[in-house]
Amino acid sequence: MSRRRLARAGYNAAAVLVLVVTLFPIYWMVATGFKRGVDILSFEPRWLPIPGTLENYRAAISKPHFLEDVRNSLVVVVVTVLVSLALAFLAALAAARFRFRGQALLIVMLIVVQMVPLEALIIPIYLMLDHAGQTDRLAGIVVTYLTFVLPFSIWTLRGFIVNIPEELEEAAMVDGCTRAGAFRRILFPLVAPGLVATAVFSFILVWNDYLIAFVLLRSPEKQTLGIWLASFTTNHGTEWGAVMAGSTLFAIPAVVFFLLVQRRVVSGLTAGAVKG
Amino acid sequence: MRTVGTRPPSSRRRAAAPPSRPPAPRRPGSRARRLRPLVPYALLAPALLVLAAILGFPLYRLVSLSFQQYGLKELFAGRGTFIGLRNYGDILGDSFFWTVVARTVVFAAVCVGLTMVLGTLVALLLRNLARPMRVLVTAGLVAAWAMPTLTAISIWQWLFDFEFGVVNWLLTRLGVAGYEQHNWFDQPLQGFTVIVIVVVWAALPFVAITLHAGLTQVPAELEEAARVDGAGAWQVFRHITFPVLKPIFLILATLSTIWDFKVFTQVWVMLNQRPSRDYFLLGIWSYSESFGVTRYGKGAAIAVIMVLLLLGLTFFYVRQMLRAVGP
Repeated sequence: MSRRRLARAGYNAAAVLVLVVTLFPIYWMVATGFKRGVDILSFEPRWLPIPGTLENYRAAISKPHFLEDVRNSLVVVVVTVLVSLALAFLAALAAARFRFRGQALLIVMLIVVQMVPLEALIIPIYLMLDHAGQTDRLAGIVVTYLTFVLPFSIWTLRGFIVNIPEELEEAAMVDGCTRAGAFRRILFPLVAPGLVATAVFSFILVWNDYLIAFVLLRSPEKQTLGIWLASFTTNHGTEWGAVMAGSTLFAIPAVVFFLLVQRRVVSGLTAGAVKG
Repeated sequence: MRTVGTRPPSSRRRAAAPPSRPPAPRRPGSRARRLRPLVPYALLAPALLVLAAILGFPLYRLVSLSFQQYGLKELFAGRGTFIGLRNYGDILGDSFFWTVVARTVVFAAVCVGLTMVLGTLVALLLRNLARPMRVLVTAGLVAAWAMPTLTAISIWQWLFDFEFGVVNWLLTRLGVAGYEQHNWFDQPLQGFTVIVIVVVWAALPFVAITLHAGLTQVPAELEEAARVDGAGAWQVFRHITFPVLKPIFLILATLSTIWDFKVFTQVWVMLNQRPSRDYFLLGIWSYSESFGVTRYGKGAAIAVIMVLLLLGLTFFYVRQMLRAVGP
């Protein structure tokens, strides 16, 4: 009995350690964002942001081009996600619901393509866009994001569609629905959550990018929020308050969207893995 | 198991193979029906066209660039000069290349190893916690997981700041000498330690939570039986738990390999966009050859080598995936 209690205490101690390691860095970011300059630059850490200030947030959003960068990020993310979702949905439908020649090849291609690091493709993409006069333009960067968001979206959506029983549509068709009608009334409502999840995944992928925006967007008024955030860190050790406030702001959309779909990531992966 | 196909894969475009399920109420021989086999291609066409243009062509260009002399002059002229395998010869003959490859492989191996081992430990821990504590720890993991890469980087930069960073303060407080005003990035080994921490911190939640979900598929009776038969904790894990989790392990390890092998942003931004050559990994080197010193041909050759190494490393994963989705 006492041995079991000892084990429990050990597990709980380990759990506290994990909690500290995962949460303290995040807490420290948020707390620093609300601290006064003197409390940030203190050799003895001030654990609580009291008295707090919004000065750091003011400094962060009054960086030049902040609002333009927000707008650019929104435009890029929304356009990329919508375009890839529309194209991917049609392709995923074909890959999941039809048999056709070249299907195996398509699936091989979708897997292999995701192995190619975009870090490697950025050179030819840059040269192509440069040749077409599309660097430093949002259209160029949207197209570039599609190179990795599109295969990923097709793959994810295919997984969602495969998991919807074919029999539901067949039953509708037996009852006199056309194939298109069965699709619209049966499949589409069922796959809608999958569409939302895929859109959110794509959003996170794009939001997390740094390299592509860094290479392709040169002028400050055309840049995205990732570049805005990374530009803080060049003056090492000077404006930690603003950096932390900016980092917090940058994390909020990602965290909100991430929480919406987090469960699906895990269930999808384990289900697929065990089937394999 | 899919009963999807209305016709066998071998059927040709207009072949009127009889459908294997009750036909939709439609006039036989109608045009729509004859066009049916074309539907998947029509659905695929837009995505494939876009992919060919934005992915296929750059891939081809990457390979062709790697056989070319392509610098500033060629950039303005808009075309490179074919020089055969000279870029590859230069790279493979350069001892720096082997340093960078070794560094990249060791870096990725350390990151993947730590992520997998710690992730497994946390997953096993989660299973042994009472519900409230488990929910709490899971929430912490999810929070760390949700942090965008750039946010994670600046958080850890701040924690490891030489003057006001909490880590130096803590180490000094614990009595470790020499960490007052200590700059972690002076020495590459220490700098890489910080970078590994950033990578593992961000990757661990995904592995831990996924493995924890996978653990629910391990039959408890089996583990209990092994324990009754006198198996120790390690033996139970090694012979019962691990075999069940193996497919998930394989996928997680491969995904981590892919991610950690091509790490760019963490190094680049951590070192304020000016990493010294001591910090070059393959991705950084390729970038700096191309965009730093405008030798796009050589940069492309490095990138090709990187892709080949990565494909080699993940070969087994691809094979596994293909088996899983195969016909």
